Amino acid sequence: MRDISLHIMDLAQNSLSAGAKLITIDIEVVGGRLTYKLSDDGKGMAKEQVEAVLSPFVSSRTTRKVGLGIPLTKHSAEITGGSFFVESSLGEGTLVSATYVLSSIDCIPLGDLTATLLTLISGNADTVDFVVNILAGEKSFNMNTAEIKEMLSGVSLSEPEVIKWLHGYLDENIADCLGGYIT
Amino acid sequence: MKSLEELKQIRQKTLDRINMRKEDKEEAVRVVVGMATCGIAAGARPVMIAFIEECAKRGLSHVHVTQTGCIGLCQHEPMADVIIPGTEKVTYINLTPEKARRIVLEHIVNGKPIAEYAIGSQEEA
Repeated sequence: MRDISLHIMDLAQNSLSAGAKLITIDIEVVGGRLTYKLSDDGKGMAKEQVEAVLSPFVSSRTTRKVGLGIPLTKHSAEITGGSFFVESSLGEGTLVSATYVLSSIDCIPLGDLTATLLTLISGNADTVDFVVNILAGEKSFNMNTAEIKEMLSGVSLSEPEVIKWLHGYLDENIADCLGGYIT
Repeated sequence: MKSLEELKQIRQKTLDRINMRKEDKEEAVRVVVGMATCGIAAGARPVMIAFIEECAKRGLSHVHVTQTGCIGLCQHEPMADVIIPGTEKVTYINLTPEKARRIVLEHIVNGKPIAEYAIGSQEEA
């Protein structure tokens, strides 16, 4: 995992495996720290399972919701002096949050957030909705795929023309908000 | 700056086109990319973007590029299945964006699977 956007991708995959129908991704840059939060309405985890996913040595292959991904992400945040936490309740969903200290020499770059969001949205166009909120200083960007689908009524989000538009839309808005952090 | 307003035009354009091609029933083709930790770490995201972009560029609206979790062959990631109705499913391994684009052209458009990228041929080699 070479950058933050790949960790976000990996965490979102966990939400998808948990059967989420709505995934909210919040990204906030404030006071030299970058925090992202992913919350989903998937099947959630019991308390013991939440503790277990933090360990790289616990993996229930057949029933698992997460594997090595969480420990890697946790490490990537904590090594910068940041933090990581998981909150979950069975049957209701999961919230995962990670904070990175941007000035740390160990902080990995943000990476290609557009690619992460485009693959997630277009790869699950007909089954899952995504809400994206980005806030960095004065700049902010909010999108909701449910709204886009409503505007498109009768046309799938995975249509080539729509995908091309979405790519440009994400690219421009993410660059506008996070331009200074994209490396 | 791209805006949500543009979507309305795109919607109308697409609807016109969908109505035009209603007669030639193209069956849905599925491309399923492995996107678990192993796949992502091995470079599955640029591969998936390549599939999405190449299909969009060629206007292949009957091709659905979707993602799945780990199928247990992590050493072969990035992997993708190409599923064309009426033909045998092909599992491609050790993919790159370049290979993905070639698969769209040769397998999905021209109907000729690329044996050298498929799982069977590489294991024997």
